[in-house]
Amino acid sequence: MESLTNRKKVLESKPLNFLERAYLPAIAQGLAITMKHFFKKPVTISYPEEKREYSENFRGLHSLKRDENGKERCTACGLCALSCPAEAITMIAAERQKGEEHLYREEKYAAVYEINMLRCIFCGLCEEACPKEAIYLDGPHVASDYLRKDFIYGKDKLVEAPLNQ
Amino acid sequence: MGLADIVIKLVLIVIIFLISLVIAMYSTYAERKIAAFFQDRIGPNRAGPWGILQPLADGGKMFLKEEIIPTNASTFLFIAGPSLAILTACIGSAVIPWGQAVTMGGHTFDLQVTDINVGILYIFGVVSLGVYGVMIGGWASNNKYSLLGAIRAASQNISYEISMGLSIIALLMVTGTLSLKEIAEHQHGWHWNVLYQPVGFILFIVCAFAETNRTPFDLPECETELVGGYHTEYSSMKLGFYLFAEYINMFISSAVMATLYWGGYNYPGMDWVLAHTGPTIGPLIGTAVLFAKIFLFIFFFMWVRWTIPRFRYDQLMDLGWKVLIPLAIANIIVTGLWITFF
Repeated sequence: MESLTNRKKVLESKPLNFLERAYLPAIAQGLAITMKHFFKKPVTISYPEEKREYSENFRGLHSLKRDENGKERCTACGLCALSCPAEAITMIAAERQKGEEHLYREEKYAAVYEINMLRCIFCGLCEEACPKEAIYLDGPHVASDYLRKDFIYGKDKLVEAPLNQ
Repeated sequence: MGLADIVIKLVLIVIIFLISLVIAMYSTYAERKIAAFFQDRIGPNRAGPWGILQPLADGGKMFLKEEIIPTNASTFLFIAGPSLAILTACIGSAVIPWGQAVTMGGHTFDLQVTDINVGILYIFGVVSLGVYGVMIGGWASNNKYSLLGAIRAASQNISYEISMGLSIIALLMVTGTLSLKEIAEHQHGWHWNVLYQPVGFILFIVCAFAETNRTPFDLPECETELVGGYHTEYSSMKLGFYLFAEYINMFISSAVMATLYWGGYNYPGMDWVLAHTGPTIGPLIGTAVLFAKIFLFIFFFMWVRWTIPRFRYDQLMDLGWKVLIPLAIANIIVTGLWITFF
């Protein structure tokens, strides 16, 4: 049958000639190729000292953001927990007391905010669901640890560092 | 032979022994480093600067590992295997001429432990004893992988020793002596045997790869088919002995190849250098040249390892019996005709 494209290659298998059967020229060729690699620059990244750059749309550790006055943006609406397909997010809401206005932006805030990093699949749906632009997955990857309980990150690890202390 | 001579020989033996062990140690490091470079990697670089303390760390690890002797193994032979392997690897260096006689403070020291007139045959004998270490170890483990590896090692060594011996015969016809010292002297300056026996050299180096169980002939220990081959059941320093024996064998066979075919301690312009540097430094430069050749061969061993994939068993036997032996015989005949008519 005629092929629709002209890209079909017809391969013919000729019997090997003497030089090819002698095997040594092929070995010399192979040695030349490996020698070329010998002088190539290694592609290794020596990890702890050198770190590979994350891609721009990499989704890593979550951070809870603050606004321009250093107040926490999160109002504990629970939309992120609701949107989370892995059910990794839990929170307990609390009411802002008098005198705490410099800490929290709205009248309601998250007293406890926990993400289980072993459950999280880093899909970014919490980021999309958040109406307050309070959560972003802009950190590095999750560090290793020994105990399962240490993978439940609370506010101490998630909230952004306060502005210019 | 006076007492002083015996002491000098003992010192020389100890030095050569230490050198072979250190070179074997650093061959493991070189192997990993060179393998890394061939694969565009960096290789071990954590222990010391550029990882040069890596062999010490590996040795320490080997010594501290738990030593396991399988219940159904034959205990005596299980221990005898690696001991024999390392013993035969170490005694091969006795007849290699490491350089011309050095004159130091009025005394002349021969840089060769013993110059027996059947030097090459001695090396062949030691090399063929070497396979017993592998065979005994593989059989004593009482494990089918080990046994298969041992059988392969035995048949491979027998097959390739024949063509190795035949390739040497042509060389002996050219040089007319079995003593390694005289063969080395025969190649004075640039009259290296490889120029007269190129085919013989290629045959010899192929057989040397097979005899040292290096890739592409590493069937006795191919991990994809036989787990670990003859050393599957070995652990701790007994495994270390087997690995060490392989690297010492590589060093010795490189030394033999350099001596037999690549001029040993001879190099072009050596007479001029000898006349200008005196009888102490001059011969030592020759020794340095010999070691440079040996290191080049060791590098070649590793270079080939990361280039050519392993042979299949039937291909190995085909190559040994149907290609190398006829070629070696043809080489003998052509050499004989050459000597007769020219």
